Amino acid sequence: MSGHGAVSGDSLISLSASVLAERLHSGELSSVEVTQAHLDRIAEVDGDIHAFLHVSADALKTAAEVDGARRLGAKLSPLAGVPVAIKDVLCTQDMPSTAGSRILEGWIPPYDATVVAKLRKARLIPLGKTNMDEFAMGSSTEHSAFGPTHNPWDLERIPGGSGGGSAAAVAAFEAPLALGSDTGGSIRQPAAVTGTVGMKPTYGGVSRYGAIALASSLDQVGPVTRTVLDAALLHDVIGGHDEHDSTSLTDAWPSFADAARAGAASGSLTGVRVGVVKELGGEGFQAGVSARFAEALDLMASAGAEIVEVSAPSFRYAIAAYYLILPAEASSNLAKFDSVRFGLRVNPPGGGTVEDVMAATREVGFGPEVKRRIILGTYALSAGYYDAYYGSAQKVRTLIQRDFDSAFSRADVLVSPAAPTTAFKLGEKLEDPLAMYLNDVTTIPANLAGVPGMGLPMGLAPEDGLPTGIQIMAPAHEDARIYTVGATLEALLEQSWGRTLISQAPGHPSMPLPDERAARLEGGTR
Amino acid sequence: MTSTADLMDFDKALELFEPVLGFEVHVELNTKTKMFSPAPNPAAPGADASEPNTMVTPVCLGLPGSLPVVNEQAIRFSISLGLALGCEIAPTSRFARKNYFYPDLAKNYQISQYDEPIAHDGLVEVELANGKTFRIEIERAHMEEDAGKLTHVGGATGRIQGADYSLVDYNRAGVPLVEIVTKMITGAEHDAPELAKAYVSAIRDIVVALGISEARMERGNLRCDANISLSPRGSGELGTRTETKNVNSLRSVERAIRYEIQRQAAILAAGGAIIQETRHWHEDSGTTSAGRPKSDADDYRYFPEPDLLPVEPSRALIEELRSALPEPPAVRRRRLKESWGFTDLEFQDVLNSGLLVEVESTVAAGASPAQARKWWTGEIARLANVAAVDPSSLVSPADVAALVALVESGELTDRLARQVLEGVIAGEGSPSEVVEKRGLKVVSDDGALIAAIDEALASQPDVLEKIRDGKVQAAGAVIGAVMKAMHGQADAARVRELVLERATTP
Repeated sequence: MSGHGAVSGDSLISLSASVLAERLHSGELSSVEVTQAHLDRIAEVDGDIHAFLHVSADALKTAAEVDGARRLGAKLSPLAGVPVAIKDVLCTQDMPSTAGSRILEGWIPPYDATVVAKLRKARLIPLGKTNMDEFAMGSSTEHSAFGPTHNPWDLERIPGGSGGGSAAAVAAFEAPLALGSDTGGSIRQPAAVTGTVGMKPTYGGVSRYGAIALASSLDQVGPVTRTVLDAALLHDVIGGHDEHDSTSLTDAWPSFADAARAGAASGSLTGVRVGVVKELGGEGFQAGVSARFAEALDLMASAGAEIVEVSAPSFRYAIAAYYLILPAEASSNLAKFDSVRFGLRVNPPGGGTVEDVMAATREVGFGPEVKRRIILGTYALSAGYYDAYYGSAQKVRTLIQRDFDSAFSRADVLVSPAAPTTAFKLGEKLEDPLAMYLNDVTTIPANLAGVPGMGLPMGLAPEDGLPTGIQIMAPAHEDARIYTVGATLEALLEQSWGRTLISQAPGHPSMPLPDERAARLEGGTR
Repeated sequence: MTSTADLMDFDKALELFEPVLGFEVHVELNTKTKMFSPAPNPAAPGADASEPNTMVTPVCLGLPGSLPVVNEQAIRFSISLGLALGCEIAPTSRFARKNYFYPDLAKNYQISQYDEPIAHDGLVEVELANGKTFRIEIERAHMEEDAGKLTHVGGATGRIQGADYSLVDYNRAGVPLVEIVTKMITGAEHDAPELAKAYVSAIRDIVVALGISEARMERGNLRCDANISLSPRGSGELGTRTETKNVNSLRSVERAIRYEIQRQAAILAAGGAIIQETRHWHEDSGTTSAGRPKSDADDYRYFPEPDLLPVEPSRALIEELRSALPEPPAVRRRRLKESWGFTDLEFQDVLNSGLLVEVESTVAAGASPAQARKWWTGEIARLANVAAVDPSSLVSPADVAALVALVESGELTDRLARQVLEGVIAGEGSPSEVVEKRGLKVVSDDGALIAAIDEALASQPDVLEKIRDGKVQAAGAVIGAVMKAMHGQADAARVRELVLERATTP
């Protein structure tokens, strides 16, 4: 990682996507330059971070085409020419799409996910595919079949999960933008522990077509970025109705970028009722996380927000319900991985029936966490257990939706810490699935209710100097409200710090690594 | 194989046991695209699915990331079918996943409907050749997707057991199906085999009238799984059922039911037990063989399909489809029989000849029902039989009606009309054109007839005497001679009238 400190402060890679987009538009920068800078950065640091499972061989060619089109005066979308990293859960017809699983190693889909097709249509530059927990099952990216991703703030620590690759890529300046997917917090929790911004849109706001399904009723694709405005710009590209996804909404969405700009410009939260969810804080939360959260609330109050405490008593059952619904749907969604049509095939010694081949393939192809959840889900759906488990969990889901309705009758947005702790160490919770599951305690309710939620940086925890995140939630369909409030809060926080949070990252191009940390990285875990 | 299975005499079996039936009929809808994907539907009219795995999309193949989208036309067809079966249409119905591993099932789950089907509680009236009618209660009709097709290579039997390897063709995967499930049918007794055939035939008539399926059983557009169990007479206890599959003609439905009754009866009478299982029907040997054991405890881990929204057809849509329904076959038959004034026997004659549509069209073209029936089931059916073709292919209802009109106006005798019909069938034109060309008009000029009669009477004075003595039947000889002289082109009744008149005229 010695290269980290050698990059100059006004390096291309330190720029936000919105700034890159402006400079591309004005002709000050070319997409080839921008793309090359990020490819160089990947080459330089990804050996340590391991955010990418695959780096595109076509990125520069695509960038040159966009530059060519721009020279010819083509009307291009706002983010045209800006590179983007894509979580490996999304199908890309020019790159392997493995969802972090051995069972899909090397599989190149014959089609693009709708969000990927939209990226291409808007002429963003796909940089590559990012690492993730296998089939998005995990909160640390340690469950990837292809090795863990390291947190750029401390390589011995996890980058969150399941979308640790996308968050780390953005936090380590390997990409200005990334796509993630969030089933129980896989966008927001990694954002919290890497000092980045991650948005889980309203369920149905972004197409799931081509997103390899974990739990169909919970999955949602969304942006991972370093600023609220960048998330909004990317959301504007990927959002909207898709006829290939029956659960996709037909809403006419407003411009999220406009919403974010308005929030940043106003600097005021006057008239905004900010609900603090009692159940999403307190015991079990790291002291530094709670402290930064309290400060963020004070800051919002001083900007005119009315802070109200709201209670959502059913939230205490959220994790239990989630860990029945998710495995149930996943056990069915993952049944297609049977070696018949695609992916890994393992022939048992001495041959065997098709069932033997399926079993041998799944035995070798799936990791332990995937097997654990398939077994859980199969059990929960079994005759005689369905009502007690899956049925009850769905009822809890209804109660949680009611709690949200009631909370949103008293507040315009709800806030909580985006994760209960800062990044923990690699391996720390690997042998304790229940401890791992608790990482998503604050993010899961939004998935169960289908409401949008954002994780954004709220400062470094005093005790370990690692990033903490705040979660902002809004009623379904009100994603724009999150961008407005989020951009206002982001501006207020950066004002109070006098800089951005990410600029304090040890790997930031303008910030040479502290010697002791650099030394630790040299001998650090790989 | 079960060629060695003991069978009990059918009548004997019915003496000892009461058969209880149930049917699951799968109808392949003929929509342009599949149930959940834009792939072309091999069950659509004129589709060619001969090249394996050519009518597929990522959805049919269950590729990672792919999602189903419901075909709206399939929903409309299913609602129409539900209505035609007299079912209630659910304001909200839901798709569910039926989970099981099988290589012809791309996702290893089938999207079907489980506890919330689109249509339920219907009634189909079935009429047997002997005129008996049965009311068959429909429990439900639900939508689902078909699976792909496996070809087992290398085994002796073409079955999976013993095969070296198997090939999968996913063209059929995702073809829209409606599964129609009956309630338990009791009381069919000796008519059970014929009832089974008549029920499937009634379903076929309905889907053909609706135009929602190609309905070719030999192509699998319409498939019948027949459940049957025997209940010992007087026991009031239900027997263990078998489910016979692969029955792909109306004739086979009848034969398979008869066979299963005889097979089960032999086993039960010998003190054996029926195994709850699927049975495969073998058309060539006319037998069934054991398939997969089937248990009520099969656990498909059904749960609501999270990738699809509930199906919530508007009241307006349901009413629109209801108003566009063709008349139910049973109602139509009743209406026609009544308006035509046919006896049971006459009407059954038309039905059994499969000429209902032809007679109806001929009546619509102006013929009397009796004449229309007489011509279609008589002379036309006879000629068709000789030529080994369908009667409807010989002549149009309009031409038959025109022919009947010529007879009724007295322009043609029946005998002449048969000649005209031959001319029409030979392509010589319409009946009036044939009459013109062949010069077959009835001689209605009394002068010509009187001359011929006088000549005949004069040459047969003995006959004249007899007539004058009141032995009117003797006139026959004169009438015959006159008809011969007129080359048959005279109205025999008029000739008779004139003969009597001339003979008695002093």
